[in-house]
Amino acid sequence: MIGTLKSLWAVGLKLFAPTQTQGYPEVKPALAPRYRGRIILSRDPDGQERCVACNLCAVVCPVDCIEVVKAETVEGRWYPETFRINFARCIFCGLCEEACPTAAIQLTPDFELADYARSSLVYDKPDLLIAGKGKYPGYRYWDVAGKTAPPNTDPKDLAP
Amino acid sequence: MSGWLVILASAVLIAGLLVAAGVFTWVERRLLGFLQERLGPNRVGPFGFLQWVADTVKLLTKEDAPPEGADVIAFRLAPALAALPILAGFGVVAFGDGLAIAPLDMGVVFATAMLALTVYALVLGAWASRNRYALLGGLRAAAQMIAYEAFLGLSLMGVVLIAGSFAMADIVAAQKGAWFILVQPLGAVLFFIASLAAAHRLPFDLQESETDLVAGFMTEYSGMSFALFFLGEYVAILLVSALAVTLFLGGWLGPWLPGPVWFGLKVGAVALLFIWVRAALPRPRYDQLIAFAWKLALPLALLNLLLTGWVVVA
Ligand code: SF4
Ligand code: SF4
Repeated sequence: MIGTLKSLWAVGLKLFAPTQTQGYPEVKPALAPRYRGRIILSRDPDGQERCVACNLCAVVCPVDCIEVVKAETVEGRWYPETFRINFARCIFCGLCEEACPTAAIQLTPDFELADYARSSLVYDKPDLLIAGKGKYPGYRYWDVAGKTAPPNTDPKDLAP
Repeated sequence: MSGWLVILASAVLIAGLLVAAGVFTWVERRLLGFLQERLGPNRVGPFGFLQWVADTVKLLTKEDAPPEGADVIAFRLAPALAALPILAGFGVVAFGDGLAIAPLDMGVVFATAMLALTVYALVLGAWASRNRYALLGGLRAAAQMIAYEAFLGLSLMGVVLIAGSFAMADIVAAQKGAWFILVQPLGAVLFFIASLAAAHRLPFDLQESETDLVAGFMTEYSGMSFALFFLGEYVAILLVSALAVTLFLGGWLGPWLPGPVWFGLKVGAVALLFIWVRAALPRPRYDQLIAFAWKLALPLALLNLLLTGWVVVA
């Protein structure tokens, strides 16, 4: 009986407490840089595509929503001819970003992907490739790959 | 009143009640929101006020199909039965001095009877749905209605004894000196608890408790049929609020403002109390609910009646 009245009182007081709701479309949420949203393909500091079409991201993707088709330049370097992500299937787990050896594929804090047709949720390479370096400004895969690291290096220091 | 006038007044009253029930859903959602540190619906129209219109349009355009194996006639009949008796019950409510469509001598009895009739809608809908959850909800509704209707009637008998009449207008007139909530505090509390159950409101909404019964008797309902059940529930809240105001809070009596305004304000205040209770109290277990009604509330109501009778006669 007393408990009932107490809880009535406590809940009644909430009427004067500030609300926690964020008025979303007007007030944008502050998202951390590591928030897992729309996926991009980034470039090297010297403007080259980072992706080497190794297909690791496509293999690790649990829902199989990445399609990579490899091509080769005249110098023999691999690059993706097709890079397609189906955002209707992507679950934004971030495994592709973890698997990528070159830090090419990155998830960004943009979650406003809603669209009217499923077909418009399939992003092709021009939709994914950005002009900048994404989250890892100074990182260039070829500076660290295929080289002997000095002794006593923590391998973590080689990661982007 | 002449025949045509009664029909016109009834139409106006029903339209008013439909709008009031719609607005009440909006008020409830906003108030519940604030009580839970949320904002509630605030997008459609100023302060989200038109939310109930949007909801109505949505419900009207939704598919409304009986499930396979259902008893279609009963399935269709039940929602209508849920809303109609409550609307009829409003016919005897006195909104002001002499302002009632059907000022029956047995007004209070009629209104409580109409409230009790809604249980047929619930049981019928539950039975017709051919759904286990619905049937469980219907069973609960029946048992709860019997348990709570018993002391709902008894808790207001004290008021009837003092006023010496079952007519709403007489009961209000008898409160010129003091509201009956001061004379009959125990009766008022018991009546409020019983009316929560009669209107199937949280914490006494075990017939549709979504945590264990999906949606109870409403599980299979959608679209307009669902809306009618919903309407019945919200108009029932307004009806029991009106009853509470008439019986215990002096009806239309009040200084300065005209009677119907006072009546409306008081009904609104009691209805807000319903929302507050919903926000604060958890749902009891089913056996607790029934045990409370038979073992505590009913004896208390009888005691109240006994004492009142003794005082009135002495
Ligand atoms: S975030 Fe996960 S689901 Fe989406 S593309 Fe990358 S690996 Fe696949
Ligand atoms: S994005 Fe990364 S993991 Fe995927 S193919 Fe390109 S280099 Fe390999």
